[in-house]
Amino acid sequence: MSSHYEAPIREPLVLGEKSYQDISADVAAPVLGKANKSWWIVFTIALIAFLWGLGCIIYTVSTGIGVWGLNKTVGWAWDITNFVWWVGIGHAGTLISAVLLLFRQKWRMAVNRSAEAMTIFAVVQAGLFPIIHMGRPWLAYWVLPIPNQFGSLWVNFNSPLLWDVFAISTYLSISLVFWWTGLLPDFAMIRDKTKSPFQKKIYGILSFGWSGRVKDWQRFEEVSLVLAGLATPLVLSVHTIVSFDFATSVVPGWHSTIYPPYFVAGAIFSGFAMVQTLLIIMRKVSNLENYITIVHIEYMNKVILLTGGIVTVAYATEYFVMWYSGVPYEDYTYLSYGAATGPYWWAFWALIICNFVVPMTLWVKKYRRNIIWTFIVALIINIGMWFERFNIIVVNITKDRLTSSWTMFQPTFVDIGTFVGTIGFFFVLFLLYARTFPVIAQAEVKTILKSSGEKFKNLRAKHGNDVSHVRALDGGPVVEKPVASQNVVSDNAKVDSLLSTIGAFNPDVEEQDDLKLINGVGPVMEHKLHQIGIFTFDQVSRMTDREYDLLDEIISEFPGRAKRDDWAGQALILKNNK
Amino acid sequence: MAAKKIHAIYTDDDLLLQAVNQTRAAKYHISEIFTPFPVHGLDHALGLAPTRLAITSFLYGLCGLTVAVLMMNYMMIQDWPQNIGGKPSFTFYQNMPTFIPIMFELTVFFAGHLMVITFYMRSKLWPFRKAENPDPRTTDAHFLMEVDVDNHDVETLSKFLYDTGASEISLIENEQDH
Repeated sequence: MSSHYEAPIREPLVLGEKSYQDISADVAAPVLGKANKSWWIVFTIALIAFLWGLGCIIYTVSTGIGVWGLNKTVGWAWDITNFVWWVGIGHAGTLISAVLLLFRQKWRMAVNRSAEAMTIFAVVQAGLFPIIHMGRPWLAYWVLPIPNQFGSLWVNFNSPLLWDVFAISTYLSISLVFWWTGLLPDFAMIRDKTKSPFQKKIYGILSFGWSGRVKDWQRFEEVSLVLAGLATPLVLSVHTIVSFDFATSVVPGWHSTIYPPYFVAGAIFSGFAMVQTLLIIMRKVSNLENYITIVHIEYMNKVILLTGGIVTVAYATEYFVMWYSGVPYEDYTYLSYGAATGPYWWAFWALIICNFVVPMTLWVKKYRRNIIWTFIVALIINIGMWFERFNIIVVNITKDRLTSSWTMFQPTFVDIGTFVGTIGFFFVLFLLYARTFPVIAQAEVKTILKSSGEKFKNLRAKHGNDVSHVRALDGGPVVEKPVASQNVVSDNAKVDSLLSTIGAFNPDVEEQDDLKLINGVGPVMEHKLHQIGIFTFDQVSRMTDREYDLLDEIISEFPGRAKRDDWAGQALILKNNK
Repeated sequence: MAAKKIHAIYTDDDLLLQAVNQTRAAKYHISEIFTPFPVHGLDHALGLAPTRLAITSFLYGLCGLTVAVLMMNYMMIQDWPQNIGGKPSFTFYQNMPTFIPIMFELTVFFAGHLMVITFYMRSKLWPFRKAENPDPRTTDAHFLMEVDVDNHDVETLSKFLYDTGASEISLIENEQDH
């Protein structure tokens, strides 16, 4: 059917001879199976890091923010660095699921689920930092515009910090429902596939009773599309607003009009780097190499290259403008000669090397399609983007307008512990997710199987674009016409010849057998055998090569099937066991 | 009414789509179809009306925008105007540029969440709700078409459905049974 046509030049997105059943089975396998040893090892390490971070958070809250390395000049340091870093990482998921949905990019389907999970988990980590930074996190609800006991003391709607509250909570909650709505059919698949009553119950609850009615699917697709339309400006707004935290101030280096687009590009850059880091491991551990292919990795590398390029242009602009302004204060900002040669030279060069020099290698196709190198580059970008935020925040404010208050920032073990703790927390969540959630949007992947699956691409290459895509699913080779319109018993002479050797069925004296017990005979095949006049094991057991060939001529959909499965042998056993 | 139904199972989406067209052309009534994934063009083939969820989303968005405007106007302009960083707070119009981010966020918040809630209510999806797909394989790789028997002959109808490519056919006496 030509409606499945896709340009042959596009590489397949689903490799191997996959059918719809195979996709369900492959996606359900990590959930239905048991965790292996390496999962437990990584999970334990992540859990320990998380607990350490939790200890640091408890220590901070019970003692005070003074346990951090902040001083009178540097009032924001690792906490806000980590906050911006995590929010940035949380940008790839919604970009993949929303923006790429609007652009109808089929490759997003294999990676969107995990990217969105990563988004949600990263935003959770990000949200922790401002809350801890409040010092009294139990009063966090004060950021909400609710009537209170202090007279008419409302929150300040002029402040970008309050915009952050609205932007991030909207982003987190919209991403969550987007993710969950997409998960319903996949939870339902696991619910109906699992044999354990406990899992059946849990996934029954999680799937909200999804049944897959045609009207539900129609609404599902509409909701996904509208949510994508809403989430696209939303994802751009979130990091724009985060950048306002800095851009609306009057601190040299922060007060920069290019911050919003530059931050958004940087966020997508770091988010995709984190997606690469996680998926390159996950495709290996969960045996999903046929779904998350080298093509997906290359596409993501191209996004990294693009956004990395935007970020680099922004760096150059910042550097140029600060030099061109001729203002002495600007010579100490994070992208300036002063920063490159000053006490924070290492942070400056870490930024340049990690975010500009190393990603440039991805211009070379060979490196872009090299999994190990991609993984290394992704890790380096993660580090580089942390340094970008560190430089913007710490390097810019260590040298303020008053020379006497110039200072350096020293993190304490609490700063470091809290950061490591959030990484641990992130991985704890992601590892639990990888074991309990369908990590690929299998329902969506099934919709592109016929257009972008390797098997069907080969089929079209061999038999032309108008070839029927129907029978190929059963594992048997293709027929040119759909089964439905075909007259099964086409040649009476052949049928007579077939029945002459294996014997005709006499309903008066014989009883028909359940031919489906023969391995290789399904309901369709049984139906067709009945139409020919084959009803008993006895008849089947008398079949030889000649009869097999005749059968193939009469029923053309399953050539060689009967012989391959040795129906006669099977029928003989079944007959004797009767 | 319509107590007797026939469940025809197909193993392929193209086959299903073709069967739907043939069944409708033969004037049989398809009461429901369960599929493991959204089959492109199926709603059209069945003659389903387009969903109006996108329109509700737009209306919810307008509500969100209104809430944001009323809230900030009350809090920042009416109830207790304050001079914050020299930003003019005497009229909503003057102070509005700094309200735009939250006007946008609340529009999206309302449009997104209320639409999803509407979707869940309309399609009857919520925790602890029992799934109603008659065959568990319909979330995996099988497609189930439910046809009303009405006053048609069961044999003829079954034969017809076989000819459309159904791989399994079963007669369901009473809806409450499954």
